[in-house]
Amino acid sequence: MQLVVENLSVSYGNIKALHGISFSVDQGEIVTIIGANGAGKSTTLRAISRMIPCEPGSKIEFRGESILKYNTDKVVSKLGICHVPEGRMIFGNLTVTENLTLACFARKDSDGIARDKKWVFDLFPRLDERKDQLAGTLSGGEQQMLAVGRAYMSGRQIMILDEPSMGLAPLLMLDMFEALKEINRQGTTILLVEQNARLALKFAQRGYVLEHGQLILEGPADGLLDNPEVKKAYLGA
Amino acid sequence: MDIFLQNIINALQWGSFYAVVSIGYSMVYGVLMLFNFAHGDIFMVGTYIGFGIATLLLALFSAFMPGWMIFILVILITMFLASFVGVFVEVVGYRPLRGAPRASAAITGLMIGIIFETGNLIILGAKRFSFPPLIESVTYNFGGIYVTNVKVLIIVASLVMMAALHLFIKKTKWGMAMRAMSYDFQAVPLMGVSINIIAPMTFAIGAGLASVAGILYGQAYPVLDPYMGISLGWKAFVAAILGGRGSIMGAALAGYLLGFIEMFVPMFFPSTFRDLIAYSIILVILTFRPRGFFGMAHSTQLRL
Repeated sequence: MQLVVENLSVSYGNIKALHGISFSVDQGEIVTIIGANGAGKSTTLRAISRMIPCEPGSKIEFRGESILKYNTDKVVSKLGICHVPEGRMIFGNLTVTENLTLACFARKDSDGIARDKKWVFDLFPRLDERKDQLAGTLSGGEQQMLAVGRAYMSGRQIMILDEPSMGLAPLLMLDMFEALKEINRQGTTILLVEQNARLALKFAQRGYVLEHGQLILEGPADGLLDNPEVKKAYLGA
Repeated sequence: MDIFLQNIINALQWGSFYAVVSIGYSMVYGVLMLFNFAHGDIFMVGTYIGFGIATLLLALFSAFMPGWMIFILVILITMFLASFVGVFVEVVGYRPLRGAPRASAAITGLMIGIIFETGNLIILGAKRFSFPPLIESVTYNFGGIYVTNVKVLIIVASLVMMAALHLFIKKTKWGMAMRAMSYDFQAVPLMGVSINIIAPMTFAIGAGLASVAGILYGQAYPVLDPYMGISLGWKAFVAAILGGRGSIMGAALAGYLLGFIEMFVPMFFPSTFRDLIAYSIILVILTFRPRGFFGMAHSTQLRL
């Protein structure tokens, strides 16, 4: 297993957001965690990226090594766990190219950076057209492309994505997931949290269901799609 | 008319000090969203370092080295040493307060300032030192307007420093990271950028600039004392607010504006009214434009 999370607990003050969840992601997989608003999906990803502290007893391992000793920037630059955050968080005062360049801050391989930049522009030609524009002037869909492209440049062992479909028109959503598949074909593992359960489960190979800070179900994605409980609670059927 | 032109030169010189020092406030605010209230005293410490280096180099090299070369050496060595003062303030003073309430950081800044002032008194005593002239002063007379080469040097050196800073922020990846911090500091570590590099770097640049301002100040007003940073520091802080929190360009422009107001008010009013009128004008500007010239409306959250 590439990423192993065991007994992960996170609290915000007195409020416990995650009650010791455990899951794992294998190299090259596409795994999704679905759940309602406030279930703890973003918290899980933020804990993996070390943006928020987790409680004692929690274990997060990447290739057998605990990541808890690293800061956020090292999780990205040293381990290659890149994070597409909720709400995109692109730098609106920087140009598209600058956003991509900044993501390579810790990288020294200028050839690789140039190659990856080209690859991202090939994957998202819209970004290429707008590369000298301030990122704040992009449309929502383009900003999401930039957030994904930027994450790809910062490190690519695992890409963790927080609701990439949020705020996107249905067609753009499908395009975005096609692009993610392409990134996965390049060898990047994908861990995705989504409220749009149907889309996420169609895209992923395996899935987990998160409810009130606990994982209540897990299994192959098509199995979850057919699961009556999941259908009732998340697929609206 | 002559007095008017004369005052423009003086205002440019005076405004240069405000501009360069207030940039230090603005940069730190842009990156960490806190005002480093020790900055005025960092300016003082930088001036003393410059004084020490200048005295030393003059004693060692003045026999065989031209004055301008010593001047440049003093600036470079002082900038280098003063940048460590900035790093020290960040690492020891502010870094342990990450996540602490906003007021704690402000109090800490004021405390660091007091430590620098009293530390200076303990180490050097109450004796007042005089900054040695590094450049022989020459006065030019342009049809009744007197311009010294020191004034020209101060104005030009300040502009050069600001232009260099501008290039650094626009063109380098460190500058890019600083700009990104001012937009969304939470997303910056996700780019693999360590805040523990960007934050001390920002303090170091601010302190380096302030120390050069101190050397230039010492050329124009040679008397040094441990409290010299307080008044200039607060006024530069006012300029940073007036320019718009976090805006470097705004801080520089407001610094010059402040210099102009302070120089021109005594032309029309008794000079004892200078500060009263100067700051009343600023108060009026801020009443109508609370975010300053170039400031963005921000949510206020301590980010350190």
